[in-house]
Amino acid sequence: MQPQNLAEIRNLDIAFADVRVVEGLDLDIPAGKTLCLVGESGCGKSVTAKALLQVIDHPGRVAGGAIRFRQGTGNEIDIAATPPRSAAMRALRGADIALIHQEPMSFLSPLYTIGNQIAEALTLHRKVSKAQARQAAIAMLTEVGMPDPERRVDSYTFQLSGGQRQRAMIAMALINRPRLLIADEPTTALDVTTQANILDLMRRLQADSGMSMLFITHDLGVVAEIADEVAVMYLGRIVERGPVDEVLGHPQHPYTQGLLASMPRLDGDFNAPLQAIPGMVPPPVRKPSGCAFHPRCSRALKGICDKIEPLQIATGPDRQVACHAFGAEAARFAVPPEQPQKAGLAGASDPSRQPSGRALLEVAHLDKHFAVRAGFFQRRIGAIRAVNDVSFDIFAGETLGLVGESGCGKSTLGQTIVGLHTADGGDMTYTPRNGMPVDLRSARGAVARQLKTDIRMVFQDPTGSLNPRMRVRDIIGEVLQVNGVAKPEIEVRVQKLLARVGLSPDYAERYPHAFSGGQRQRIAIARALASNPQLVIADEAVSALDVSVQTQIINMMRELQADLGLTYLFVSHDLGVVANISDRVAVMYAGRIVEIGPTNAIFRSPRHPYTEALLAAIPGRHQRGGAGRIRLEGHVPDPAHPQPGCAFADRCRYAQHACREAPPPMAGTQEHGFACIRADELTLRAVHQERALESA
Amino acid sequence: MSTIDDITGQIAPSAAKDQHGRGYDGHWALVWQKFRKHKLGVAGGIVVLLAYFVALVPEFLAPVTLESYMPAYSYAPPQPLHWGRDDGEGWRFAPHVNAYNSVIDYNSGRRLFEEDVEAPVYVGLFVRGESYRLLGLIESDIHLFGPIEAGQPFFIAGADRLGRDILSRTIYGTRISMTIGLVGVALSLVFGILIGGISGLFGGVVDNLIQRLIEFIQSVPSIPLWIGLAAAIPQSVPPLQVYFLITIILSVLGWTSLARVVRGRFLAMRNEDFVKAARLDGCGPVRIIFRHMLPSFLSHIIAVVSLAIPGMILAETALSYLGIGLRTPIVSWGVLLQEAQNVRTIAAAPWLLLPGGAVIVAVLALNFLGDGLRDAADPYSD
Amino acid sequence: MGHFMLRRMLYALPALIAVSIISFLVISIPPGDFITRTAELRAAQGDIMPLAEQEAMRRAYGLDQPIPLQYWNWITGIVTRGDFGYSFAFNLPVKDVIWPRMGLTIVLSLASLLFIWAVAIPIGIYSAVRRYTVGDYVATFLGFLGLAVPNFLLALAAMYIAFAGFGLSVGGLFSPEYVEAPWSWERVVDLLGHLWLPMIVLGTAGTASVIRIIRANLIDELHKPYVTAARAKGKGEFALLMKYPVRHALNPFVSGQNDIFVDIVSGGTIVAIVMGLQTTGPLLLDALRTQDMYMAASFILMLSVLVVLGTLLSDLLLAWLDPRIRYQQG
Repeated sequence: MQPQNLAEIRNLDIAFADVRVVEGLDLDIPAGKTLCLVGESGCGKSVTAKALLQVIDHPGRVAGGAIRFRQGTGNEIDIAATPPRSAAMRALRGADIALIHQEPMSFLSPLYTIGNQIAEALTLHRKVSKAQARQAAIAMLTEVGMPDPERRVDSYTFQLSGGQRQRAMIAMALINRPRLLIADEPTTALDVTTQANILDLMRRLQADSGMSMLFITHDLGVVAEIADEVAVMYLGRIVERGPVDEVLGHPQHPYTQGLLASMPRLDGDFNAPLQAIPGMVPPPVRKPSGCAFHPRCSRALKGICDKIEPLQIATGPDRQVACHAFGAEAARFAVPPEQPQKAGLAGASDPSRQPSGRALLEVAHLDKHFAVRAGFFQRRIGAIRAVNDVSFDIFAGETLGLVGESGCGKSTLGQTIVGLHTADGGDMTYTPRNGMPVDLRSARGAVARQLKTDIRMVFQDPTGSLNPRMRVRDIIGEVLQVNGVAKPEIEVRVQKLLARVGLSPDYAERYPHAFSGGQRQRIAIARALASNPQLVIADEAVSALDVSVQTQIINMMRELQADLGLTYLFVSHDLGVVANISDRVAVMYAGRIVEIGPTNAIFRSPRHPYTEALLAAIPGRHQRGGAGRIRLEGHVPDPAHPQPGCAFADRCRYAQHACREAPPPMAGTQEHGFACIRADELTLRAVHQERALESA
Repeated sequence: MSTIDDITGQIAPSAAKDQHGRGYDGHWALVWQKFRKHKLGVAGGIVVLLAYFVALVPEFLAPVTLESYMPAYSYAPPQPLHWGRDDGEGWRFAPHVNAYNSVIDYNSGRRLFEEDVEAPVYVGLFVRGESYRLLGLIESDIHLFGPIEAGQPFFIAGADRLGRDILSRTIYGTRISMTIGLVGVALSLVFGILIGGISGLFGGVVDNLIQRLIEFIQSVPSIPLWIGLAAAIPQSVPPLQVYFLITIILSVLGWTSLARVVRGRFLAMRNEDFVKAARLDGCGPVRIIFRHMLPSFLSHIIAVVSLAIPGMILAETALSYLGIGLRTPIVSWGVLLQEAQNVRTIAAAPWLLLPGGAVIVAVLALNFLGDGLRDAADPYSD
Repeated sequence: MGHFMLRRMLYALPALIAVSIISFLVISIPPGDFITRTAELRAAQGDIMPLAEQEAMRRAYGLDQPIPLQYWNWITGIVTRGDFGYSFAFNLPVKDVIWPRMGLTIVLSLASLLFIWAVAIPIGIYSAVRRYTVGDYVATFLGFLGLAVPNFLLALAAMYIAFAGFGLSVGGLFSPEYVEAPWSWERVVDLLGHLWLPMIVLGTAGTASVIRIIRANLIDELHKPYVTAARAKGKGEFALLMKYPVRHALNPFVSGQNDIFVDIVSGGTIVAIVMGLQTTGPLLLDALRTQDMYMAASFILMLSVLVVLGTLLSDLLLAWLDPRIRYQQG
């Protein structure tokens, strides 16, 4: 073993029954550094992490290779050769190598206090008394920044917030001071502001303790934020490896390049069309021959890439890439352009698509409250103000992005507009092309039916939103059938729509279960478009998809908008995606819109402190340990107990007494509005033009 | 417009088996494919189908009718079946049983039976015997098997106190026992879907009230109540009415679990995105329920129903056994088991328990079938 | 927790009232009463009971009053004086008959419940952990069989085996000499000697369903992330199994205990009738046949009360086991 490495994985095979999900994996984990393992879902990242602890679930198993690990005593142990149930393996787990996970709610048991579970990790490896273990747990909770640790040590997971649970889980992993911490997507399920806090914490803990960290993520922004080194994984193998600046700044493998090109960026032109990697990650059973990536690779050469499996080639100190373009046959590959080519995709910056300036939908003082009921007779004991006095316009032909953290009411707002919820107050006026204004709330009969064809919705989960019992044709054609369109005509329309969303017209006869997530979302979009709508509400429409597929869908939606003159209300928690697709952006917090304006204005010169904090939390924008960061503490206020003043006041670093007295009115211009009484005195930080990601 | 996804292989991962037309298979085809893999479920299904076939045409399958009895064969043990006979000219194939000679053992007071090898009763398939009306329509006297010469003693599974053929009576009992479960469950299903649907559709106070009612009914010990209700049926009520009253009594307490399933599905389904999408497509409530929701939980309901039938069969059997359910002249497995009231009778004539065997086989088969259906009801998981 | 318990008990109250009404209605709604039954019986023996005498008896027993009033008298008697009314058939106050019988019913029910737990929980755990092994298949098959065999048939079979195989005359909960004897150490021993067979018979169906419940729950839990978490901490497999998945699987099991207990009490009626046990079953059946109404109604009421109490206990047990219930509904 090399002295600088804590662990070395050599030629590792992991099999589930007969299928090899990881094959011939080589990976060095350096001592005292953070190594990020990146890739889309289905690449074998998580299972590789579990292999390090020999805790792969049945029927998976380590089928070959070696995992050499340097123990605290200096001894080397081959984990792959150690039986999973042996005492040696148990001694290693939790003491030398610890694991944290994406979802602490299921990783921690709800039946025992967090103190019990943290102390257990300690008592399994050290002889300490109960009282000592408890004290150690409290000390550890203090160290991971758990507020009020003396009391929280006796809490159960369901009594904690998402960030606190994450901290409890980290405390459990670190209480034995492991030499290696494996973090499997530890921040993926968190809101962006909480994610930023947890990333800060993990970076600090790693630096303080000098442990190694294997950090698994699919988010390149997070990589930029936390990694020292990066290993990119594709279909069970490492395709590129190197220091974080080099890999992100000068990616060599076409897959890494593709991932970076498909990621929405906040430097430069937000609206620049993204470059999608074509296709999707195939399942391991259908792993392509030769270089597994070749069917999706723009540089692939017939006769080489589809035949011969590429080896790891050193392209610099600590730099490896598994691509034939850097190997013996390098001469046969064309020199890649320095900057990835901008494909001829129509996009938001396409001058042919200009928002008209005519309001398609005017929303004024909209309220949607959900009754909180209790007791046998379901008495109404309160209300959750999910949407609270919201006003905005959507202009014909534009994309309005709606952002905010989970629970801020953005989805409810979209669903209220489309008619899934009944508004409790306010007005929604819809003015179609060449038509008279219609009040959405009072529309009945034929007008209401017309509205249902004009305003359509795309749901987040493409699996749940397609009825598994119906054929694709019937799913897409349902709206036409309900409106009395003749069968042959529906057939023709469905064929056209399928072609429009990039699917073969033959698919009409199939059932949804035959399709991948991305394809299902295309079907869902075709359904939304079936009735020639004018306004499409996309509720987190790309959030459930892997980054390369996500980019494909975003690009397609932009093309459709340009071709059909659609207007989008794009609801998402992902600021990068929203920046990319939107002309204007509205920021929501606790049921209210706190800021609304052109995308550039929101991202380059925000006026509301919440917007500032959201932008500051986007990962990948700061250098490691960068100073002067803005971090939000505390939680979103309980929507059942609204405060008298600004809902954000409790978390706002600029809050004054006056902020807590009355809800701030919308100020600013018609174009750029913000609800902050101090907006004029404050100078807020924004996303800057410089190449934020590469500066990492 | 680019068809991007088509660059790597035409279809998504789950469509790997597309060559076999999987992507074109609808819900029921998938349910069937998954059910077929559940071997016990399939075996149970076959047995259940057979049992209902027996219930349909017991007259044809039973060697004798219910009216036939032979006092001399009171408590006669099963006659062993002999495949052939040596009648002096060598062995030849001639399936037969031997008639019994009975002797009264005055020490024990019991009747002892001896095979009379000189009085063979030849048996065959499709023999002529007592006449009956098949399905109440077709006049016939053909029996699947029995003594070739009608009227000869043939007690392959023994006889009861009055010298009646246990096997024939068990075959006839299938009709009542298997249908009472079906009718009872059908009745429960009507209650269950109605009440569960109301509960799930309206929600709020109505839902809460119905839920408390269901909880309450489920927490009442059913058998004492059943006994109470069944005992309330006066002796003078004609048998057919007793049959229907018993099914009603069984379903009065039996609808609750079905109602729970229906309500749960309704509530879960109401929040499914595809139901929301149907609302946005402009579907009215009727179209949503019948086109979008009902097909989705029909398979679950079928599974629950097949798991509810055995409970009904067991309850009927128990009530009838205690003498407060069905009564003669109705013949059900429970009624037949009344013959086996005490240990001494059973010790002397254990073959009286044959109807109990039928109950066990039927209930097992229905449970296996229900289990298989339940697993297959949602073919989209794993 | 105290709040939770209180609320749970308050919920049980309307259930008890409803149960008492239903018990009474079931007995009194059907046409005829104890007097008509007695008259019928006597008539069958050739002894005609004059109508005037019947009416006089009705008045004496209070059967001429409207049903709601009869119910009110009965229930207030129970609540205020512990007086369950009068048994016409036994010529005794019902309470003199009911308490010893209820006592034995409770003993038998609890014994069966313990038997179920002791047998089913370990087998269920084994079956889930060693899924698809021979042992699992055997347990699963026996489980199905246990569900399919009717209680009374099992009782008959058990008695037959004891009778034919061992020459034992099984029946009742006591040897003849102890049936009427006052309680003594010997009588307890005698009871235990007789209790085991009905306990097994009564527990079989429950055992079968508990094995299935535990197995299914545990299989769901075995691959949950918190199991990986505990394993990744270095916990040994057995300790891990007991602390996490088994404990989690016990929750739905405990909430399913209501049904099991209802089935035991319910099925106990039939088993008792078949095996001639000195519990409530046989008397209930007789009382129903003779329309000995206070007796029958009191038995149904007390059995239901037993079940409601059992449900209450299992809810409290669940709350004790599961902090989510304790803290979120409390």
